[in-house]
Amino acid sequence: MINKKFKDTLSEVCSGPLVSVDIKILQVNVGYLCNMACKHCHANAGAERQEIMERENIEAVLRVLEETDINILDITGGAPEMNPYFTHLVREARRIGKHVMVRTNLTIFFEEGKEYLPEFYGNNSVEIIASLPFYMESEVDRVRGKGSFHKCAEALRKLNSLGYGAEESDKKLHLVYNPSGAFMSPPQETLEADYKRELFGRLGVSFNSLFTFLNMPVGRFRDYLIRSGNFEKYMGKLICAFNPETLEGLMCRHLINVGWDGRLYDCDFNQMLGLGVHSSRGQRIADFDYQELIKRTINVEEHCYGCTAGRGST
Amino acid sequence: MTGYYKDEDLDRFGEMGKYNQELFGKFMSWYTAALEPGVLNKREKVLIGLSVAHAIQCPYCIDAYTKSCLEEGMSLEHITEAVHVASAVRGGASLIHGIQSHNAADKISL
Ligand code: SF4
Repeated sequence: MINKKFKDTLSEVCSGPLVSVDIKILQVNVGYLCNMACKHCHANAGAERQEIMERENIEAVLRVLEETDINILDITGGAPEMNPYFTHLVREARRIGKHVMVRTNLTIFFEEGKEYLPEFYGNNSVEIIASLPFYMESEVDRVRGKGSFHKCAEALRKLNSLGYGAEESDKKLHLVYNPSGAFMSPPQETLEADYKRELFGRLGVSFNSLFTFLNMPVGRFRDYLIRSGNFEKYMGKLICAFNPETLEGLMCRHLINVGWDGRLYDCDFNQMLGLGVHSSRGQRIADFDYQELIKRTINVEEHCYGCTAGRGST
Repeated sequence: MTGYYKDEDLDRFGEMGKYNQELFGKFMSWYTAALEPGVLNKREKVLIGLSVAHAIQCPYCIDAYTKSCLEEGMSLEHITEAVHVASAVRGGASLIHGIQSHNAADKISL
């Protein structure tokens, strides 16, 4: 097996450790509860998860947004919409003039009591980043469960009817592709063209852009890699594909991630691995110290190869 | 893949250069150049590779080109259609030889 520590690879191309560049985004994971249990989920999210961000930490997030120049709130989960304070968080962040992005699985729109979501998003000008692992029913249902493709299609049509996804519209709708297995993702531009052609042709659905992400060797996907005997090959491929040009744009250098319990991380993957931020002034949202955090050293480990492979994946 | 063909043997391909590095080197640069995007793009080339892999039934090529197809954004639907093309051409090639057999029979028949 090709086995090389990420820190050693870094030291060959950088003079020092990986450090933060700025903090443009506050990415908040409001809990691991989800109505789905997708096979590629790095958060191991599901209906049985109990971890949910409480009101106290939601307020601390809003305080940080109000007191700093961080202009973007990126809400993730689980299904973030299942957090009882979700609408409060979105409304308050918008009220203080912040841009809000939500990572949604789309199928949540069809859960009891959640039918209001599309209009809520539209009324609050929320930027939507929706997971859709492929443009074909068989692939999507295999990864996300039977019937999920049809729900996603219905949700996308609804969002389109509210003005989301049109080229000129300020209501942005982006889709996310994940490989449905232990292989690298295709070039973003080619696949975006396929998605646009096929989704419009088959379903009459439009969207703004497609993000192609790699599956990180973390959580449920890591378990799958080990179980299926693919772990070593997959890691070997990520290591071989290390591209130093991706380092500048790594998301961890431009954001702070907040866990459901208020702990601070460099990214959502580090959160899943329990790798907190390096900061001498406290590691919780309640102790947020912008000046200290902006010059922090990023906590890197082997999974970071997933972000630096090929064209990069963050 | 178990028994005669072993997964790990694909990674030993380079050993074919052991007794004639020059020829193996020439093969590798030709192979790499043939797969580079040209008038045909990468995706078209890997689909051709997949079809040929099935026509010649090479387990290593089937594994490698299936993965390449997935990494080019194709699904099992795409792969299955390509395998049908390979199989249909192969089947057609057998069938058309039926004419040779008819010709051969004609030559020796009253
Ligand atoms: S996984 Fe590593 S490289 Fe990627 S965003 Fe997180 S800390 Fe940065």
